[in-house]
Amino acid sequence: MIYAEILAGGQGKRMGNTEMPKQFLMLGTKPIMIHTIEQFVINKNIDKIIVCVPKDWISHTKDIIEKYLPGKEIDIVEGGSTRNETIMNGCQYIEKKYGLYEDDIIVTHDAVRPFVTTRIIDDNIFGMNEYDAVDTVVPATDTIVESKNGEFITDIPERKYMYQGQTPQTFKMIKLIEIYKSLTKEEKDILTDACKIFSIKGEKVKIIKGDPTNIKITNLYDLKLANSMIMLRGNK
Amino acid sequence: MISHTYRLYSPKQIRMDQIDEQLGEDSIIVRPTYLSICASDQRYYNGKRDTKAMKEKLPMALIHEAVGEVVFDPKNIIEKGTKVVMIPNTPIEENKVIKENYLRSSKFKSSGYDGFMRNIVLIDRNRVIEYDGFSDRVAAFLELLSVSINAIEHFELYSHSNREVFGVWGDGNLGFITSLILKYKFPNKKIIVFGKNPHKLGYFQFVDEIYEIDQIPNDFYVDHAFECVGSYNAEDAINQIIDHINPEGSILLMGVSERNVAINTRMILEKGLKIIGNSRSGYNDFFESIKFVKENKDVEKYLNTIISDEIVVRELKDIHTAFERDLTNDFKTVMKWEI
Repeated sequence: MIYAEILAGGQGKRMGNTEMPKQFLMLGTKPIMIHTIEQFVINKNIDKIIVCVPKDWISHTKDIIEKYLPGKEIDIVEGGSTRNETIMNGCQYIEKKYGLYEDDIIVTHDAVRPFVTTRIIDDNIFGMNEYDAVDTVVPATDTIVESKNGEFITDIPERKYMYQGQTPQTFKMIKLIEIYKSLTKEEKDILTDACKIFSIKGEKVKIIKGDPTNIKITNLYDLKLANSMIMLRGNK
Repeated sequence: MISHTYRLYSPKQIRMDQIDEQLGEDSIIVRPTYLSICASDQRYYNGKRDTKAMKEKLPMALIHEAVGEVVFDPKNIIEKGTKVVMIPNTPIEENKVIKENYLRSSKFKSSGYDGFMRNIVLIDRNRVIEYDGFSDRVAAFLELLSVSINAIEHFELYSHSNREVFGVWGDGNLGFITSLILKYKFPNKKIIVFGKNPHKLGYFQFVDEIYEIDQIPNDFYVDHAFECVGSYNAEDAINQIIDHINPEGSILLMGVSERNVAINTRMILEKGLKIIGNSRSGYNDFFESIKFVKENKDVEKYLNTIISDEIVVRELKDIHTAFERDLTNDFKTVMKWEI
């Protein structure tokens, strides 16, 4: 089975005064998260969709899915306190409800990246024919500067080797669970990215090309940008 | 539902637009798999339409020849993954006399309305027809077959019964497909193709005779003729047909010309010729096209021979590559749509 796991565990703390997590804010005619889920609904390769949300927003999520995607079977799971915990909650839910099989694949995607393209999702899935982990990236356009103390530059890596991570990130589910379980607590604490679970254990992560339009809506400026990107078909 | 629509904004300038699509009451969602470039798309892409048309119709997604797979049917009637051809014509009224493709109110994709260069197409369920049994790359240009089927239906309705010799003018895609369908529909009649390019005429081995247009004997006549030339050479082709057609024959015009065409009306009157206009096609023509390819096994093979190029489209630059390569290709350029 190929599962899409939509990660909406975040509380939207970066969004200014609004109390509603950013994934639930409106983009055009629908909440951001609904647009994102729809991109997986229309992908013929996806068998099941699981949405991970903060506990207090489970009912709200049910309501909007019922409103905008009536009749669609979408599982809603409580998110964890970190990104990786959220991913794992989804995996545990899948294991319990559907069982865990050798060829199970999980396509994890930020709920706040509604502009993900069909090609990117397909590339993630096709990547699983050869690899256990796939990450979506775009070449860095700005120079990346490293500062370990926040005051002085410690390194300026060569830009041509730098990429910016997007999502989806896709994994063979059994492998992901196996490696995650082998991590120490210290390792888990420093891992903000699911692909890093693989890379710190020396496992290959294949990178596939993202798209500059696959933006992450994390603040009010992003939301304004996203709303200006989206348009209605009108009489066209 | 956000769709990614690849719109032509000005000649050779394509931009991806994210559209907040609204699913209509009877709509389904189709993921295009193969698209085929038509000469009319090229005219927009290269800015060869007149300024007024360019201003009125752009921005617009090109391509009206396409097939795809159903990815979502809110009513769960059509199974996910079903292969369908998409009909670019959208009639908005019913008429018992006039065919849907001739109604002035009908909306045609890639002519004022967004065509199929999108990651998903929201389309009425009665504007798709299922197909199977032949390849998607051939199915991509079923629309062009339906255009020929429409013209041949017109011919059968309105032309006199002396039907021994058919002439097809034009050695391009439309000429090839029209003469192929004629050969199957009228296997005992003579199908003669008239063209300009010997190397392209070499593909037409299934017809009875082939002539280069400057080598037609003066006393050679056809009973009826199909004009599949269009563009700047349409005038010469139509006048040559008028010279080489028997009295009261029908001339089926099928080629699109950007400018007005001066033709020998005196001879049209003297011979009592019928000139029948043909444009686009409707649901039944698509249905008949699918049936035609399925029932005649060799047809798919013949159609495969006119696919000059297949370009895999994964990003915007690939679309430009396809349009540029198509200009130098003899026949069809199809795009495997993975964007």
